[in-house]
Amino acid sequence: MPKTEAKISGARLMVELLEEYGVDIVFGYPGGAILPFYDELYKSTKIKHILVRHEQGAIHMAEGYARSTGKLGVCIATSGPGATNLVTGLTDAKLDSVPILAITGQVATNAIGTDAFQEADIYGITIPITKYNALIKSADDIARHFQEATLVALGGRPGPVLLDFPKDVQTELTSVRKVDKLKIDSRHYQKPPIGGDLDSFAAALNKAKRPLLYVGGGAINANASKEIRELAEKGNIPVTTTLMGIGAFPGTHQLSVGMLGMHGTAYANKAVLECDYILNLGARFDDRVAKPGEFAENAIRAHIDIDTAEFNKRVSVDYLLHGDLKEVLKALIPKVNKVDRPEWVGFLDTLKKNHPLEFDDSTDTIKPQGFLQKLYEKSKGKAIVSTDVGQHQMWAAQYYLFEEANRWLTSGGLGTMGYGLPAAIGAKFGNPKNTVICVSGDGSIQMNIQELATIAMYKKGVKILIFNNNFLGMVRQWQELFYEERFSESEWNYNPDFVKLGEAYSIKGLRISNKSEIDKALEFFLEDDDARILEVMIPAEEKVFPMIPAGKSQKDMIEFSDTVRAGKK
Amino acid sequence: MKHILKILVNNHPGVMSHVSGLFTRRSYNIDSIAVGVTQDSEISNMVIVVKGDDSVVEQVKRQLLKLPDVIEVEDLAYHDCISRELVLVVVKVEDSNRTEIISICEVFQAKIADLTKTTMTIEFSGNTRQVEHFLEMMQKYGIQEIARTGQIALKYRST
Ligand SMILES: Cc1ncc(C[n+]2csc(CCOP(=O)(O)OP(=O)(O)O)c2C)c(N)n1
Repeated sequence: MPKTEAKISGARLMVELLEEYGVDIVFGYPGGAILPFYDELYKSTKIKHILVRHEQGAIHMAEGYARSTGKLGVCIATSGPGATNLVTGLTDAKLDSVPILAITGQVATNAIGTDAFQEADIYGITIPITKYNALIKSADDIARHFQEATLVALGGRPGPVLLDFPKDVQTELTSVRKVDKLKIDSRHYQKPPIGGDLDSFAAALNKAKRPLLYVGGGAINANASKEIRELAEKGNIPVTTTLMGIGAFPGTHQLSVGMLGMHGTAYANKAVLECDYILNLGARFDDRVAKPGEFAENAIRAHIDIDTAEFNKRVSVDYLLHGDLKEVLKALIPKVNKVDRPEWVGFLDTLKKNHPLEFDDSTDTIKPQGFLQKLYEKSKGKAIVSTDVGQHQMWAAQYYLFEEANRWLTSGGLGTMGYGLPAAIGAKFGNPKNTVICVSGDGSIQMNIQELATIAMYKKGVKILIFNNNFLGMVRQWQELFYEERFSESEWNYNPDFVKLGEAYSIKGLRISNKSEIDKALEFFLEDDDARILEVMIPAEEKVFPMIPAGKSQKDMIEFSDTVRAGKK
Repeated sequence: MKHILKILVNNHPGVMSHVSGLFTRRSYNIDSIAVGVTQDSEISNMVIVVKGDDSVVEQVKRQLLKLPDVIEVEDLAYHDCISRELVLVVVKVEDSNRTEIISICEVFQAKIADLTKTTMTIEFSGNTRQVEHFLEMMQKYGIQEIARTGQIALKYRST
């Protein structure tokens, strides 16, 4: 029987449950349909509410917070337009497996389905983009839905959940504060047992001459960095990571070959071609990395994942193990032989020397690659870095190395412009002592630039780096390479004065355009814990290399030196 | 290849969209879908028939199991399940062929559910092949309207 206690309102119960779960920060924006909840939040001493300027900002902040802390990220919006503003963020969190709880207000139950003022069927809208969602019809159901939702968000492969909360349910009284029995199966929140044959899996790995680890975002979610390092060092197995896996293995480690895929390093992509065994650890053979039928076609392919739906989804594998990556690796490592692989490791070292990341640094203009190298040195590779989407994102992935997980925040699956700034703010709330840098472009930054106000209001020392090429740079790059330089709608000749814009929010800024100014600018940028805007003017024609054209495979990679030879750099 | 998926789900509104959404996402055409409550009123049984290659159906099956409201998914092979579909069909009748149609119905054990001067509404249930066959027989008289339920299925029990 449910434990009977004095009755409280649905809204009060939601706040108490959030407190009980240790949620101490939420990001949101109020409105009519969620007012009873906000009224209860007002009374809470444990939960800090961060008022944003756009609900998309709220959910990306929750994502930045979740990804940098490993905790649940919570965001709040009102019904209708507030709720629909969360849609991009929910999709982003779904594709990148980020644990998010979104709470939305909804019109009163008797008005649902009538096209009432500010009504949107957010439950229906978010079915394909959440791991779990529910329209709560009675205050008596709140405790159960809340528990199910949070367990699902954090359990297994994490993801976003949404609870839609009609206004009358918020004011309805209930005495059901605890859950007797969950309706969902425990497989949705308990760690699965290890599935598959560890021995044959290990035996195949032990037979390999040129093995390679291919590490994805799942490794970070599973907190498996230590085990991956152990496995790599024990078997002397080189490691490449996906965009999402950056930081799961130290970027400076001798066995690291950096990122693979569309804009991965030449040596990582060549390693994929040369290896005879590739072990996927929590990655998903994403289409920016793997072309079905051609990916590591000469290698034995193996896969460890917590999500069985990822097995043989795009690329078929020879061996698979199901389970929590950390647990599986713990069981696997003792079965893996300790071996030196001087030839294979030496071969990759030579590749690294002969095919380094390259750019033309012969002019006085600032090259983003060189700038990011300097930023990496100056911040000692310790910063939490968020990015937006475009060339700057890829340069940051290539040139800023990470020693640890949870310090690289980027929208990998959805490629969401506008993610960077709010994600950085969320990360700063979660990690007040860390330097947090948002690397953005002049296009992306304008997608959620209103959140500068949130930075100013809460005095959050987020460092904002804007590479300004007066172009939607990545679009331009594709148009240059694949559309005969027809720059359809990718050039802008109007940007705001970003420095002055910052000043309008009392954020100090600086603009530089000459290489000689870099050192001073970086000093200004990183000198204290205040927010800063640094606008770096860069040439529009600068491109990201290497590049594997969309839909092609590792064999078709274009390197910087290829373009120099062709007289097209 | 045809697959009959038997899916046990929590009996909530919206679960149907969650489930069918997984098929539409992969632009998969559902041949038929039938839903009904089970002996436990909290749980519904969905039977979905799809054509598709095995690996994609396997994928969808695993995606289905990720939905919190999905309790169990089983891919029933045709030979080890009993499947039924109910069809109501309206055919044109004339004085000259009325007895002929009635005798065909007798052979098929189909029921005549309604009769007018010019039409006959017939109720027939059987597996998909039998339903197809029956409708083929009726074709010749002129079918005016059809309503089909979609397949339901259960596994054969072994004793
Ligand atoms: C919301 C959204 N709209 C459109 C795109 C397509 N897109 C990808 S990269 C890019 C250009 C980004 O330009 P900018 O932010 O200036 O960065 P740059 O590539 O110049 O570094 C665009 C438009 C996207 N990823 N996200």
